[in-house]
Amino acid sequence: MNAQSCPDVLTVMGLNHWFGEGEAQKQVLHGINLTLKPGELVILMGASGSGKTTLLTLAGCLRSVQSGSIRLLGRELAGANEATLVTSRRQLGFIFQAHNLHESLTALENVRMGLEVHGRPAMTDWENKARAMLGELGLGERLNYLPSRLSGGQKQRVAIARALVANPPLIFADEPTAALDKDSGLAVVQLFLQRARSTGTTILMVTHDNRILDLADRIIVMEDGRLKSDTTRHAA
Amino acid sequence: MTASRKPVTARVLTLLLGRLPIGWLQLTHNRTRLIAAVGGVAFANILVFMQLGFFGALLETIRMPYRLLDADIFLTAADANTLTDGSYLPRQRLYEALARPDIEGGHAWYVGKLDWDLAPGQSISLQVFGFDPATRPFRSQELNDQLTALSVPDTALLDMATRTLDKSRFANASLKAPVSLELAGRQLDLIGGFRIGGGFEADGYLIVSDQTFMRLFPARSPGAPNHILLRKAGGTQADQVATDLREVLPAEDTRVETLASAIAKDQSYQTTKRPVGVVFGFGVIIGMLVGIIIVYQVLSTDVADHLKEYATFKAMGYPRRFFLGIVFEEAVLLALLGFVPGLLIATGFYAVVSKATGLPLEMNMMRAGAVLIGTIAACALSGALATRRLNAADPADLF
Repeated sequence: MNAQSCPDVLTVMGLNHWFGEGEAQKQVLHGINLTLKPGELVILMGASGSGKTTLLTLAGCLRSVQSGSIRLLGRELAGANEATLVTSRRQLGFIFQAHNLHESLTALENVRMGLEVHGRPAMTDWENKARAMLGELGLGERLNYLPSRLSGGQKQRVAIARALVANPPLIFADEPTAALDKDSGLAVVQLFLQRARSTGTTILMVTHDNRILDLADRIIVMEDGRLKSDTTRHAA
Repeated sequence: MTASRKPVTARVLTLLLGRLPIGWLQLTHNRTRLIAAVGGVAFANILVFMQLGFFGALLETIRMPYRLLDADIFLTAADANTLTDGSYLPRQRLYEALARPDIEGGHAWYVGKLDWDLAPGQSISLQVFGFDPATRPFRSQELNDQLTALSVPDTALLDMATRTLDKSRFANASLKAPVSLELAGRQLDLIGGFRIGGGFEADGYLIVSDQTFMRLFPARSPGAPNHILLRKAGGTQADQVATDLREVLPAEDTRVETLASAIAKDQSYQTTKRPVGVVFGFGVIIGMLVGIIIVYQVLSTDVADHLKEYATFKAMGYPRRFFLGIVFEEAVLLALLGFVPGLLIATGFYAVVSKATGLPLEMNMMRAGAVLIGTIAACALSGALATRRLNAADPADLF
């Protein structure tokens, strides 16, 4: 867990990826090389279809690696077995475009699921941890609400709380504000980044919102499945 | 929504499972979907219960006449499979058996079938049993006493559970106040009654003396009964006595069974070789198949409805056994929730069918237990099968 002990949080080398089969097969990633350092906030940009989400889901263990190598927190994901994937998934927080909350669980219970996955030790005092997390994100008054009674921004904040509650060393966020209007989207992202950075978490986030770019340490732009540019803005 | 929760149930399940009872919360979250799912499981239960009820009634009606008898060994014609078919057997076999020290007593049993015309166009088919009134062939001493009275010629005992019988006319018949009835062109005095009830072959039963039997069936001869009933001597085993008898009696005309094996063979013959039995047996199989398909549909629809949520949990690092746990939780809850109305409605249907047909359809613990266990197994298996897609796919492909 200690960021200092594993200098590279994520190392991607020669990553290729294809969708479809046979004649219809289409290559969506071409020889991607990428390294994330501990504590970095990296923003991934690019037109839709440029392969951002594919890269993110591959690194997030949500999709099997076809060709090339991904080392995530010291583990190789290419050809990894189910047990390795399950362990790796637990070590990162993933924030989706849609909130993907469980509709029959309350806000508090949804956040609890982010702790329960880590087993008994993480569940000690779970309720206070989950309450505090939701409180920090401004949802202290909505703890026992089901997702159907929350607004889009509130739901996305619950999803962020769920991803952050176990203090993962690495967070992937795939356009977390895509479903929200500009202003509440910005507010949600600022809240999320503020909370995550305060604990030294490494973040890789896909976004189209130019207003967030100022906060980034690095900005990577993708085009047609290739990394087009990789700009470090200021030291991490 | 929060207010409509049952926090107590959820809390108890949380303690029992050591995790959030997601299966329960999912089931109760959408009432309409829950009612549809429970209805599906209940329907599958009713279907299987009805088919088992018919099949069980067939087995029971086959067994009922045997159950009246106080006998250990059953001799029957070699080609006979049931109480009523096959040829006759030489009465000589009775005397051969009685000569043996391991046989204490025995008597011949004559079986025939008659149509009783009550009114033009209304007829009841009766299975007629003839016994020597001096013997005491029945378990019921009351019935044995009544049989003694049948030594008066042209008297009979009638099955009061006979289908479509107007009992009020015959219920009070006795030796002192006989009720007369006309059967096969003869006038019979009804002097008492007993209860078996109709089966698939006849509407009811009539017991007469062997002499009256010969009058009702002039073609039959006292020297050729349908069956011979034997009682073993004390201290012997029915199976051993039957084995020994088999060696002595000629196998070409006589089959030797214990009473238990005679019932079992009759039931097995009628359920596998007779159309009615095969149809009902097939009904049970089809009922179970359709029941399993319904349950599978219910469970796989439920898994499909929650696939996105499961995919999210998978993305968070929950392992395969976590999803199996949720699905098993739902399977058991749905099986229990569907079983209760299924059992109640099926029991009601049994009563209706039983009243309409006189067939013995009865719910019993064994059957209810078997159906419950079968339902839980079918639900759990369906749920496990339905999660295969979740296990095989990458989470990213499921959102």
